Amino acid sequence: MAPLDDAKPVAVPADDPSAASAAGGRFLKAIYVYEVPVRVWHWVNALAILVLSVTGYLIANPLPSQPGEASANFLMGYIRFAHFAAAYIFAVGFIGRLYWAFAGNHHARQLFRFPFWDRHWWGELFLEARWYLFLERKPKLYVGHNPLAQFAMFWVIAVGSVFMIVTGFALYSEGAGQGSWQDRLFGWVIPLFGQSMDVHTWHHLGMWAILLFVIVHIYAAVREDIMSRQSIISTMISGVRTFKDAEAPADEEQERPVKRTLPAG
Amino acid sequence: MATLETFYEVMRRQGITRRSFLKYCSLTAAALGLGPELVPQIVQAMETKPRTPVLWLHGLECTCCSESFIRSAHPLVKDVVLSMISLDYDDTLMASAGHHAEAILDEVMEKYKGNYILAVEGNPPLNQDGMSCIIGGKPFTDQLRKVAKDAKAIISWGSCASFGCVQAARPNPTRATPVHEVITDKPIIKVPGCPPIAEVMTGVITYMLTFDRIPELDRQGRPKMFYSQRIHDKCYRRPHFDAGQFVEAFDDEGARKGYCLYKVGCKGPTTYNACSTVRWNEGTSFPIQSGHGCIGCSEDGFWDKGSWYARQSDILQFGIEANADQVGTTAALGVGSIIAAHAAVSALKRAQHKGDV
Repeated sequence: MAPLDDAKPVAVPADDPSAASAAGGRFLKAIYVYEVPVRVWHWVNALAILVLSVTGYLIANPLPSQPGEASANFLMGYIRFAHFAAAYIFAVGFIGRLYWAFAGNHHARQLFRFPFWDRHWWGELFLEARWYLFLERKPKLYVGHNPLAQFAMFWVIAVGSVFMIVTGFALYSEGAGQGSWQDRLFGWVIPLFGQSMDVHTWHHLGMWAILLFVIVHIYAAVREDIMSRQSIISTMISGVRTFKDAEAPADEEQERPVKRTLPAG
Repeated sequence: MATLETFYEVMRRQGITRRSFLKYCSLTAAALGLGPELVPQIVQAMETKPRTPVLWLHGLECTCCSESFIRSAHPLVKDVVLSMISLDYDDTLMASAGHHAEAILDEVMEKYKGNYILAVEGNPPLNQDGMSCIIGGKPFTDQLRKVAKDAKAIISWGSCASFGCVQAARPNPTRATPVHEVITDKPIIKVPGCPPIAEVMTGVITYMLTFDRIPELDRQGRPKMFYSQRIHDKCYRRPHFDAGQFVEAFDDEGARKGYCLYKVGCKGPTTYNACSTVRWNEGTSFPIQSGHGCIGCSEDGFWDKGSWYARQSDILQFGIEANADQVGTTAALGVGSIIAAHAAVSALKRAQHKGDV
C-alpha cells in the first residue's frame, strides 16, 4: 500500500484568521498529490494527443495537393513522420506512467483502477453525477480524482490509450513489414478486426473518443476550478491540491487518518 | 485411368526440347521469387514426380477465377493444366459432363485417397439446406464435404472461397460461407482476389508441386510470397502519396498527371496483393496504372466497407452512411453544445448562490 507520509500537508492554515472567520469557517489546506513524473507525463501526453489527433486527421483527410514534382515535396511523409514520432512518445510515456503507478504514491495508481465491486465508490460516482446535473447543492471534496473523473479517465485514458497503442502499432506494422517487431507483437490485431480497413476505422473512432474526453476534461477542470471546493488546474502544474473550506475530503479517511488543524475561529 | 506421367515425360512427348524445359524451370523459379540455386530442385521435381491430381470444384461463384487462371502467362496455363497437374475434374473446363463427370470425382477420390489437391472456386451457401447451389442434383455443401474428406490440401481460389465475397455481402440471404469455416480439419491455402492474379494462381500450384508442401502462409492463411505486402508498398504512384499530391476528382489535373488515388478511395494502403508487382495480363497493367483506385478485392468483406470512391469506410451500425469522422464530428458538436448549456446553467446557479461555497 501507499506510504502514509506521501500526502503531507505542505501548507497548514497559517493564513490570517480574520479572513477565514469572515468567510464563515474557511481555511486553506494544501496536500501534495501529483508527483513530478505524473505532471510531466500529463503535459507531454496532452501535447502528444494534440499532435496525434491533428496529424491523424490529416492522414485520413489529406491537405490539397502540393504543386511541383513529387521529388520536391514530402508533405504527407512529414505528416506521417510527426504522427509516428508522437505515437512513440505517447506509447513510451504510457509505459513510463504505468511504471509510476507502482513506484509513485497512491494517487498515481488511481488512473489504472476501476473499483467495480466498491458500492461506496459507485454511490459517490452517482452523487458527483447528480452535482453535475445540478441536483446536489454541494460536491464532495477530493484529494485525488472524484469517482466520476476516475471512471472517465480509466476508460478513456487507461483503456483508450492501450487500444490506440495496440491498433496504432498494428497499422504501423503494415508498413514496417512482416517479421518486424511491430508485426510480431501487434500484427495479430488486423485479422482479429477482420481486415486493415476496419482497424483504421476503429483507430479513428478511438481518436474521437479521446477528443470527446479532452473536451469534457478541459471544461470540467475549468468549471471545477471555479465552482468546486478544491483546486484543479494549478494542481497539475504545482502538484499541490488546495481546499477552499474546512470539511474533510471524501476520499481521505479511507486512505489514512489525517491530523487536521481546525480553524481557530 | 492411366498411370500418371511425370511433367518432364509429358513435355518431351509434346516435342519440347530439354533446353526449353530447363529454360522453363528457370523462369518458373524467377516467377516464384526463388534463387537460381533452387532451379535444379524444380528440374528434379518435374522429372521425377507424377503429376498431382487436382479436383476443382465450383460453388457459388462467377467463374472469374477460372477466367483469370486460363490467362496465366508464366507459366502458361496450358502447361499447368496439361503437363504439371492432372486436372481431373473441373466442370467448366472438362470435356465430359453429367454422370460421366461425377464418376471421375469418385474414381480419383478412391484411387488417390489423401493425395489429391482440392481447389475450390466459390463457396457453399448454408441456408435452406444448401439449396441455393446444386451440383449434380445435390447441394454443393455435400459435394465439398465429401471431396474435402480425403484431400491432401485445399486451395481456396478467390475471395469467394477465402472470405465470402459478394454473395456473402450483407445481408447474405443464402448464408454463403467461406470454405475454411465449413472445412476445419485440412490445411487451406487462401488465394483471395476477385479474381486472383493468374500468375499467382499458377505460381501457388507450381510451388506445391515442386516442393511437395504448401507455401508459407501468413496469419490469414494466404501465401506470403504473393500476399505479404500491400499494393501501396510497391505502388509506382507512391512518391505522389508521400509528396502529398492527390487526384481530387477523376477528370482533374492531378488525374492527368498520374497523382496518388488515395483521396478518390484507393484501397491500396489496406489491401494485400501482388497487383503492383506482378500486374495483370502478362504484366501489362493493373487498376491503379489505368487510373482507377484499388477496390481492395482481395480483402475480407470488401463489399461491405462502404464506397470504393471514399478513403474512409462507412460504419453501417449508424444506420445511415457515415464514416468515423462524421460520427466523431457529430459527437463533438453534441458534447460541445451540452457543455455550452451546462456552463450557462452553472454560471446562473453560481450567480444565485453567490458566496455560498
